[in-house]
Amino acid sequence: MDGEHRASGNLQSRVVHESLILPVRIENLVYEIGKARIIDSLNLELSAGGCTAILGYNGAGKSVLLRLLHGLLTPSSGIIRWAGDFDPEFVRQRQSMVFQSPVLLRRSIEANIRYALTKRGFKGEHRAHRIETVLEQTNLSRIRHRQAMVLSGGERQRVAIARALAVEPEILFLDEPTASLDPAATIGIEDILVRARNEGRKLIMVTQSVGQAERLANDIVFMHHGQVTEHSLIEEFLATPKSPVAQAFIEGKLYK
Amino acid sequence: MEEIFEGFATAAVLIARFDSALFEIVELSLRVSLTAVLISAVIGLPLGAAIAVARFRGRNFLIVCVNALMGLPPVVVGLLVYLNLSNAGPFGWLQLLYTPTAMIIAQIVLVTPIIVALARQFVEDANADYDEELRSIGVRGAAKLITLIVEVRHSLLTVVLAAFGRAIAEVGAVIIVGGNINHITRVMTTAIALETSKGELALALALGVILMMIAFAVNAMASLIKKIGPKSYGR
Repeated sequence: MDGEHRASGNLQSRVVHESLILPVRIENLVYEIGKARIIDSLNLELSAGGCTAILGYNGAGKSVLLRLLHGLLTPSSGIIRWAGDFDPEFVRQRQSMVFQSPVLLRRSIEANIRYALTKRGFKGEHRAHRIETVLEQTNLSRIRHRQAMVLSGGERQRVAIARALAVEPEILFLDEPTASLDPAATIGIEDILVRARNEGRKLIMVTQSVGQAERLANDIVFMHHGQVTEHSLIEEFLATPKSPVAQAFIEGKLYK
Repeated sequence: MEEIFEGFATAAVLIARFDSALFEIVELSLRVSLTAVLISAVIGLPLGAAIAVARFRGRNFLIVCVNALMGLPPVVVGLLVYLNLSNAGPFGWLQLLYTPTAMIIAQIVLVTPIIVALARQFVEDANADYDEELRSIGVRGAAKLITLIVEVRHSLLTVVLAAFGRAIAEVGAVIIVGGNINHITRVMTTAIALETSKGELALALALGVILMMIAFAVNAMASLIKKIGPKSYGR
């Protein structure tokens, strides 16, 4: 019993969501803007559940990779092969994304969440139930009628996460979700993310913070110059990074 | 100088007594300009929003053309509408020349480019902010357009008010296609021009005062909307 529990990993002990589109296999992915190659023949495989942190220096192509996976950008070449051979629109419906600077609609917190649910086809009681659930999960119930425009940075990011979680995604993409937040707000966001991960959702998160990766991630994808230089478990990555650039990143040093 | 003061005094009396001739002109002016702006808004707001979001060959050229049309001289608009509605023109059979409808058409031609160009700019700015978020949620096409229009509604209302200001204060086009016929097509601006040329300053000044009050009210409303509406789009 204990062995089974350890094998599944305590972070995935309450898997409540069936995985349909994972694992994903990325083969020879290239993304170019003009003559600049942002993603350069990238190969990677990501499994279901847990949290994958994508680390790397500025300009490594982390955010672009996230947008390619979410379908916001179209690859110049290469393949992103989702499990199940589903229609791309179905794959998109199984995902949601939280951006570094969330854009909220000019309406209340609750209306922002309802908008996303309505557009994703949630109706009636199911929609009402999802609104209540995520408001509670993200600690926003008390201020649910407050206009989004008057919220603090931390509250705005919580609304963005609530909106993203409301649609019950299998994968939640996060592009530096705590980059501009203070430590208290960061802890609040991380608590919500841990809960989402423990529910069995796959988190794929871009972050610049090794500490945050250590707190949240199961595995690390390290990127440099549009390529994956390393994909390993967090403990392994921190103990024995495989490249000098990853070593320098962990130590907080400049890499030339 | 005394004559001017007398003119002001008579104008005040005309306004205070709700002079029927004066308010007939004011009523027609408001009816023509409000109808024109309403129709222009129905055409111009979705069109501007669609140009803002759509990507197609010749888009930049179209934007340059629409922007250029914002500065259309009213007399040129009047002349073009006149040529189309005159008996020799393609729409002469409609017999619209020298009617309020012709004046409405002229004002529509005049203000629609303003609404299209400004709406395009506001919606394009909002789209730059909202695009990824909306696509991530799965909002596309008409649904995205409607969301963007709703989000910038305060700015678009200001655009409509600016268009109304332009329409109500315009004289060149309406005098050509309306003819300034008493009780039929005489509006505030054409009446002011006529009465001034006749040396009848009282009615001209009274109309001028009302026109200024309308302009002031429109600007005050625009400022109020700007103040009430959120400062930024989504961030």
